[in-house]
Amino acid sequence: MHSAVLLIEFGSIILGLGLLGRFAGRFRLSPIPLYLLAGLAFGEGGLLPFGASEEFVATGAEIGVILLLLMLGLEYTASDLVSNLKTHYPSGLVDCALNALPGAAVALLLGWGPVAAVVLAGVTWISSSGVIAKVLGDLGRVGNRETPVILSVLVLEDLAMAVYLPIVTALVAGVGLMAGSVTLAIALGAAGLVLFLAVRYGRVISRFVSSDDPEKLLLVVLGLTILVAGVAQQLQVSAAVGAFLVGIALSGEVAEGAHTLLSPLRDLFAAVFFVFFGLHTDPSSIPPVLLPALGLAVVTALTKIATGYWAARRAGISVKGRWRAGGALVARGEFSIVIAGLAVSAGIEPSLGPLATAYVLILVVLGPLTARYTEPVATWWGRRREPSRPEPAPRATETEAPVAD
Amino acid sequence: MSAPRLKATPLPGIGVQYDLETREHRHLSVVAHRDGTRTVNVYRSDDPDSCAQSLKLTSSEAGSLIDALKPSHHSPSLLYTTDLGLVAERIEVAATSRWNGRVLGDMRMRTETGASVVAVLRRAEAIPSPAPDFRLAGGDTLIVVGTREGVDAAATILGRE
Repeated sequence: MHSAVLLIEFGSIILGLGLLGRFAGRFRLSPIPLYLLAGLAFGEGGLLPFGASEEFVATGAEIGVILLLLMLGLEYTASDLVSNLKTHYPSGLVDCALNALPGAAVALLLGWGPVAAVVLAGVTWISSSGVIAKVLGDLGRVGNRETPVILSVLVLEDLAMAVYLPIVTALVAGVGLMAGSVTLAIALGAAGLVLFLAVRYGRVISRFVSSDDPEKLLLVVLGLTILVAGVAQQLQVSAAVGAFLVGIALSGEVAEGAHTLLSPLRDLFAAVFFVFFGLHTDPSSIPPVLLPALGLAVVTALTKIATGYWAARRAGISVKGRWRAGGALVARGEFSIVIAGLAVSAGIEPSLGPLATAYVLILVVLGPLTARYTEPVATWWGRRREPSRPEPAPRATETEAPVAD
Repeated sequence: MSAPRLKATPLPGIGVQYDLETREHRHLSVVAHRDGTRTVNVYRSDDPDSCAQSLKLTSSEAGSLIDALKPSHHSPSLLYTTDLGLVAERIEVAATSRWNGRVLGDMRMRTETGASVVAVLRRAEAIPSPAPDFRLAGGDTLIVVGTREGVDAAATILGRE
């Protein structure tokens, strides 16, 4: 009897997500905000609380995070990461300083303590590579000269996640300084080792995993990833980082094959993850944090624009391209939720989940708009104010902020 | 006259971008996506950093376009052709081919056609100069070198059910 209820509940969740996804596709929106809203609707205090499938959805959500990070790792080769790190690290540092600090500051102002500050810093820091890549394609900007700059910022953020996630995992687990340092050392060592091995012996690793048969390839890659993620979790490093490193280590045809095979799985489980996150957020807890979320969204939209502007200027892109790069980077999405999810499942600060939800909902909708309109608005503003000032402050986009409501 | 150099820029997570500056100083680029699709971009004259046109092509559309752009007519699988009348081609072993699972020597390709198999491409690796006891599998791609007639005959042999 129980299994029937579980099937009915889980089936209706998935079906609902599918219909929501179609709805989002019609308006060319990212489906992420709708998945979150669906989770809110079905969760505690929502319209229609689900109970039986709770445990199953929780497991699905964990697999969702693992697959999200695995696919991210598959996107990049180790040499991509290393060469990016060498040439663009200043942009990465500026990105971190400008966008992580506002999040940390807001958490401290709200009196949530240092651990929540570190978590919220990550939420506001990491842009959504998925949303941004899609927006660039939609706007026909893949070939633009500022695109490599945008991508390099994203790559550095993703690489930084490999260091940042273990720190957060250790912090929310409440380990002491000593144990925390050990964890971090393990994480850094593992990341360094994997990068080294992948650059050196990537072909050997890929050959071991390679299989002519898609079915076997799927099982081998998925099994290996979940196993490594589990071991990483056991070492207190964070399952997500384990999965990310597996993705980095696989390269060439294997990575491409795995990418094609795993995409549908990733879509399914990532959707489950967003719903799960929404399930654990009480809708009534969102209105109190709406104002801080909105303020944080506006501030960090501007800091991201400044980051993109600075990074593009460093790469010698013209002024228009700098604004475009800035506007494109604004969207936050899946990884902000992944980071917030760590804190929520550990029970840090009850208002953090709702704040992160509201924040991502705002920016995932606002991001594509800033990507589209930052440059025209900035150009128009620059014309109005006499081109005597070479670099107007990135205030020009404030005119769009009301769109977020 | 040497061919103009294409500048390659990796786009992590998307693919590789190849840029070409034409003799008339027009800039165009092709983005090779990981999934085999291509985007051809032509840049604006007033803002050389951004695309005026960005055309998305599927891999087969891109293949047909390459054919049309080639100065000499050729078949889509042609790798290289010299003035000496030798050609190198990729020929795939279909899963339904009679050679799926048989050794290379059974085909007697060199005896029959004068063309030889110089390499086999299989998933993540390339096997150079396969021996006669090399066992073929469906999905393998053979690199065959010979005269035009020889390579065509080899393709016929390989295509036998």
